[in-house]
Amino acid sequence: MPQYLLSVWHDEEYVVDFSTPEAQDRVAQVAAFNDELQRSGAWVFAAGLHPASSATVVRPSGDHVSMTDGPYAETKEQMGGFWIIQAADLDAALELAAQGAAASGGPIELRPLQG
Amino acid sequence: MTDTLDAVFRREAGRCTATLIRVLGDIDLAEDAVAEAFAIAAEQWPKRGIPPNPGGWITTTARNRAIDRLRRESTRVERYITAHQMHTQDTDPDSTPEGDALDRFVDVVPDDQLRLMFLCCHPALAADSKVALTLRLLGGLETGEIARAFLLPEATIAQRIVRAKRKLRDNHAPYRIPGAAELPDRLHGVLTSIYLVYTEGHTATTGPALTRVDLSTEAIRIGRVLATLMPDEPEIIGLLALMLLTEARRASRIDADGSMVRLADQDRSRWNRNLIEEGHGFVKAWLRRNQPGPFQIQAAIAAVHADASTAAETDWSQIVALYDQLYAIEPNPVVALNRAVAIGALDGPSAGLDALAAVNLDGYQPYQAARADLLCRAERIDEAIVAYDRAIELTANSAEREFLRRQRQRSAATPQLP
Repeated sequence: MPQYLLSVWHDEEYVVDFSTPEAQDRVAQVAAFNDELQRSGAWVFAAGLHPASSATVVRPSGDHVSMTDGPYAETKEQMGGFWIIQAADLDAALELAAQGAAASGGPIELRPLQG
Repeated sequence: MTDTLDAVFRREAGRCTATLIRVLGDIDLAEDAVAEAFAIAAEQWPKRGIPPNPGGWITTTARNRAIDRLRRESTRVERYITAHQMHTQDTDPDSTPEGDALDRFVDVVPDDQLRLMFLCCHPALAADSKVALTLRLLGGLETGEIARAFLLPEATIAQRIVRAKRKLRDNHAPYRIPGAAELPDRLHGVLTSIYLVYTEGHTATTGPALTRVDLSTEAIRIGRVLATLMPDEPEIIGLLALMLLTEARRASRIDADGSMVRLADQDRSRWNRNLIEEGHGFVKAWLRRNQPGPFQIQAAIAAVHADASTAAETDWSQIVALYDQLYAIEPNPVVALNRAVAIGALDGPSAGLDALAAVNLDGYQPYQAARADLLCRAERIDEAIVAYDRAIELTANSAEREFLRRQRQRSAATPQLP
């Protein structure tokens, strides 16, 4: 079955104060979405990421590698987390992406995995 | 001879491609098989004569070529059948994927053209790509023809088509008619793309000629096919009626100098009565159904215009009522603009300008042109001239620009009250 990456994007300064009722509600909705993915068999893997400022870029340079602090793309929007799902086809994947976007309250990028 | 082959191609290419995409599970291979069949026709028909059913001949030949190919490359058979089963879930679940079943498998199914329409207008594609792909696959137009129609470089259209096809393939886009729950939205997407082709042909956004017959004709042709395939969808009939009623006015839209003539000034004796009659018939049919949608309402508006034998006889109160109804369904600024113009015709320019006050479409040429006209009629000449200048600046179409220049001149010559 085709697999897809659903990535969650938000402002790099995005901080969730988990004490607010809104954040609690968000967490509950995402948890419910995760449960539904596992129940339906669409779930492959998922994870939330630490802030983009925690990233390190490692790149080959001759025989060595160089390292730089911070995310690869210095854009305002950064990936905050992702799901890998499996779905029958694009339409089924888009339906899951729509549910994920509603649960996480932000935009989601859908991208097919190769193979 | 060439004309006949062209005519058959125009009629059959989309249908044939649609079936072969289902059979082969691959857009490019389907296009190749259809092209191959037409190449064989071009070679054989001059010698042997045109077959009694040229369309059937083309479909069968392309189909046989496809079967040959599938049998030759047996590893592909499995792949395609897997693809077929994966992507067309509304087929018979008991069908056996054996080689002998291939003949049944490739029978021409009318639904294939619908599948192709929904594929070409998939919501994951950009509007430009939907239009290019629809014209290429369903219309059978060459990339170069599409490029010329849109006055774009051929490479631009080619890239749009290649990217769209790749996106659909890489994403495993299904080749099927959407289910009942998603059908209204998806159908609206298809209709919007067809209408975009029509309006692009009707008012070319750039270039010298106001109308480009090919695109409008093609949009109407595709609309007719769609109406035959889904006769119970009132919005399809609404779109077809809208296109026919607009098309009826084509001859009167440009004067001898190539300048645009607006609706109020058109010579109504030049309107095509046959098209109006056909469009009217459709509008009446949907009125009985009472399931109004945006295309049906726009068709009804066009029908009210067509009913008036002179511009002064136009039933503007009915048009305003229809725009109210349309705005309730589609509350977007362009509808609000058209509604304001109708109010301006019914209750006078001040009322029209009041209705326009809530609309903010500063960089939209029709907004500036409508505003200029209302201001001029309200005798606010200085403001009208500013709006005309802005409209002229925003238009890329020379026939429209010429019309706006004349309007500007006329309003500048209007004696102003002290």
